[in-house]
Amino acid sequence: MQRMALSFPEEVLEHVFSFIRSERDRNVISLVCKSWYEIERWCRWRVFIGNCYAVSPMMVIKRFPEVRSISLKGKPHFADFNLVPEGWGGFVCPWIGAIAKAYPWLEEIRLKRMVITDESLELIARSFKNFKVLVLSSCEGFSTDGLAAIAANCRNLRELDLRESEVDDRNGHWLSHFPDSYTSLVSLNISCLGSEVSLSALERLIGRCPNLQTLRLNRAVPLDRLANLLARTPQLIEFGTGAYSSEIRPEVFSKLSGALSGCKQLRSLSGFWDVLPSYLPAIYPICSRLTSLNLSYATIQSLDLIKLVSQCHNLQRLWVLDYIEDAGLDALAVSCKDLRELRVFPSDPFALEPNVTLTEHGLVSVSEGCPKLQSVLYFCRQMSNAALITIARNRPNMTRFRLCIIEPRTPDYLTLQPLDAGFGAVVEYCKDLRRLSLSGLLTDRVFEYIGTYGKKLEMLSVAFAGDSDLGLHHILSGCDNLRKLEIRDCPFGDKALLANAAKLETMRSLWMSSCLVSYGACKLLGHKMPRLNVEVIDERGPPDSRPESCPVEKLYIYRTIAGPRLDMPDFVWTMEDDSEFRIS
Amino acid sequence: MESPTISIGELNLQDTELRLGLPGSDEPEKRCNVGSKRKCSPEEESTGNRSDAKSDHNQSDNNGPPAKAQVVGWPPVRSFRRNSVQQKKEEEGGRYVKVSMAGAAYLRKIDLKVYKSYPQVLKALENMFKCTFGEYSEREGYNGSEYVPTYEDKEGDWMLVGDVPWDMFTCSCKRLRIIKASEAKGLGCL
Repeated sequence: MQRMALSFPEEVLEHVFSFIRSERDRNVISLVCKSWYEIERWCRWRVFIGNCYAVSPMMVIKRFPEVRSISLKGKPHFADFNLVPEGWGGFVCPWIGAIAKAYPWLEEIRLKRMVITDESLELIARSFKNFKVLVLSSCEGFSTDGLAAIAANCRNLRELDLRESEVDDRNGHWLSHFPDSYTSLVSLNISCLGSEVSLSALERLIGRCPNLQTLRLNRAVPLDRLANLLARTPQLIEFGTGAYSSEIRPEVFSKLSGALSGCKQLRSLSGFWDVLPSYLPAIYPICSRLTSLNLSYATIQSLDLIKLVSQCHNLQRLWVLDYIEDAGLDALAVSCKDLRELRVFPSDPFALEPNVTLTEHGLVSVSEGCPKLQSVLYFCRQMSNAALITIARNRPNMTRFRLCIIEPRTPDYLTLQPLDAGFGAVVEYCKDLRRLSLSGLLTDRVFEYIGTYGKKLEMLSVAFAGDSDLGLHHILSGCDNLRKLEIRDCPFGDKALLANAAKLETMRSLWMSSCLVSYGACKLLGHKMPRLNVEVIDERGPPDSRPESCPVEKLYIYRTIAGPRLDMPDFVWTMEDDSEFRIS
Repeated sequence: MESPTISIGELNLQDTELRLGLPGSDEPEKRCNVGSKRKCSPEEESTGNRSDAKSDHNQSDNNGPPAKAQVVGWPPVRSFRRNSVQQKKEEEGGRYVKVSMAGAAYLRKIDLKVYKSYPQVLKALENMFKCTFGEYSEREGYNGSEYVPTYEDKEGDWMLVGDVPWDMFTCSCKRLRIIKASEAKGLGCL
C-alpha cells in the first residue's frame, strides 16, 4: 500500500488533496502515512482551531507553512452567559503577532469569543497585503479605531463581519476611512455597533461596491434612509435594517417598499429593532422570496407576526421572539413547509408569570407541519413528556435540539414527573442528533438514555439536572462522539470525572461550574493527564487556601499539546502535570 | 418551588454572584457554599447543604429585601438580547438612575427621560446637590469646577458625563456619581 502511495508523483496527490476541503477529512488523510502527512501539510490552505489553547501559534506555523485562512475560538460557550469571569483569556494578540510574520499572504481571519485589541487590528491591517475576510464573532477588546485601520489599509477587503461583538464604539467616523478607490466589499455586518455612521459615507461606499451581497446595518440607521441605500445595491442578497420605525409618512413607506422589491436577489432579512407595525407591509411584496428572517429584536405581537410569516412560503430559517405565541407557530406550521431552523427567544426572561401564550403546543405544531425542521432553539415556560415524545417521533431528522424551560427544574406540567422520558425519546428517535441542551426537572435516568442513544451527539449542555455522579458517568462513558460538554449546577463530582479521565482527551473541552468536583480531584486529574489542561477558576482565592475536598467554583478542562497557558489571570490555576506542587 | 420576585426598574443584569442551592437530597452531600468568600471548613462540609433556593438567596441578600434573586447566566440569554428588550421596557416606564455624591448622607434618583440634553441634566444635578460643574470641553472635561459628573456605563466603567451623544448616554448610563475634581485625575481632566 505504501509503495502504491509513493508511486504517485507529489503533484498529483497535492492536486487530489486540493479537492478535500473539510478540516476533518484533511486531518484524516494526513494520518495515512508520513509522505501523505508531508504533502498535505504543504498544501493546507485553511486551518480551524476550535480551542486557541489546544495548540501554540508556533506549532501551527511549523506544520502548515502555507496557510491563507485561519479560524480560532477562545472562550468557552458559557462565556455568552457571563459564567466566565472577565479576563479569563482568549487573547489573540500572540497569534496575530506570530502569523503576521509567518503568513504574509494570509487572506482570512475568523475569530469567535476572543479578545482582540486595536493594536492587533492595526497589525493585521499593515501585515497582510491580500487580506480579504475579517469575521469577529462575539469578540471584545477593540474599538472603532481598530476598525478604521482595517478600513483604511485593506485594499482587497471583501468581508467585515462584527457579529455580536462588544466594540468600544467611539464614533461612526471609522467607516469614512474606506478610501474612494476601495470597491471590493462583499459583506458588511455592523449590527452590533451603537454609534451612527455617516450615512452619506455609507451610501457612497455601497454605491461603489458592485459585488455587495450582505449588508447588516446597525440600530442607529433610520428607516427613512433605507430606500436610498437599497437603491444603490439592487444585487443585495442579505439585508439587516436599523430601527424599523419612523413617523408615518406615505412616501417613506412606498419608497421603502419599492426599494426592497427592487432587490430581486434578496433572500434574508434581519434587524427590525423598534418595529412600528405599520411599516411591516413594506416587506410583504418580497416575503415569498425570503429564506431567512431574523425578527428576534422585533417586539411585535402575534397577529402582525402571523400576517408576515404566512406569506413566507420559502422560509428556511426563522428567529423570533415568543410574542409569536402558539397561534403564530400554528400559522408557521401551515405556511412554511421548507422550514429547517426555528429559534424562539424569550421576550421577558425574568418575568415570573408567562407574558405570552407560548407553550409546548407551538413547538409540537411546527414539528408536525414542517418536515425539514432539524434545528430548534426554544424558550418556554412549560413542557411535558408527551409533547417531547411527539416532537421526537415527528422529527427523527432533528440534528440540533436546544430546549430552555425558563424556570430551573420544572417538571412535566401535566404529570409532575421529571422530563427524563421526553428527552430520552429525543435521543432515541433522533439518531443524527449532534447538539442537545437540556432543561427542566431531570434525574440520572435521562443521562442513561443519552449515554445509550446519543451516539452521534457532539455537544451537550446541562443545567440544574441529575442526582449523582452516575449521571455524568453515563454521558462520558456512552457518548462516543462527544466533543463539548458544558455543565452547571449539577451534583456531579469526583468519581465520574476520574473514572472517565481518558475520555477527556477525546473531547475538545469540558466545563463544569457550581458542581461538586473537589480541588483534590482536579489536582489528581492534572497529574494523571499531561495532555489535558485542568483549569480551576475560582474567584474566592487560591484553592489551596481551602481543604482539598472543597469543590471548586468552576472547572474548565481541555485537551492540548501546548502545555499550560501563560496568560492566566489571578483567579485561574492550571493543575500541574508533574508531581511538584505549585507554591502559591 | 418559590419563584424570586423581580423589580423591573432595578433589574440588574450583571453578575450578582447568587446561585440556587442544589436540590435537597436524602444523602448528605459534601458541599461548600460557593457564594461565600469564607474558607471552606470541614464542619461546613459534613453538615451538608440542605438549603433550598430561597435560603441561598436570602443568605446573600442580608441587607435589603430579598429582591430579584436571579441566578447568574440563567436563563441562557445573551446580554445584548436582554438589553434590547429591556430597553423597550425602560422606555415605557421612565429611566431612573441613582445619583451619589461623596459625603452626602443618602443617594438621590433622577429620571433621565425627563431631560433632553446634557445642559438640562447637569443643571438639575447642580440644583439637587448644590454644586457646580463648570464648562465642559472635549479636551479638558469640566475645567475649573470643584465637582465633576461621572457615570457608570453598561460595561461597568466609570465615564465622564458629556463625551458621548445624549441618546447613547441615556441608554448606557446605569448610575451617576458626582466626584470632587481632585478625584478626577484618572479621567484625564484637570
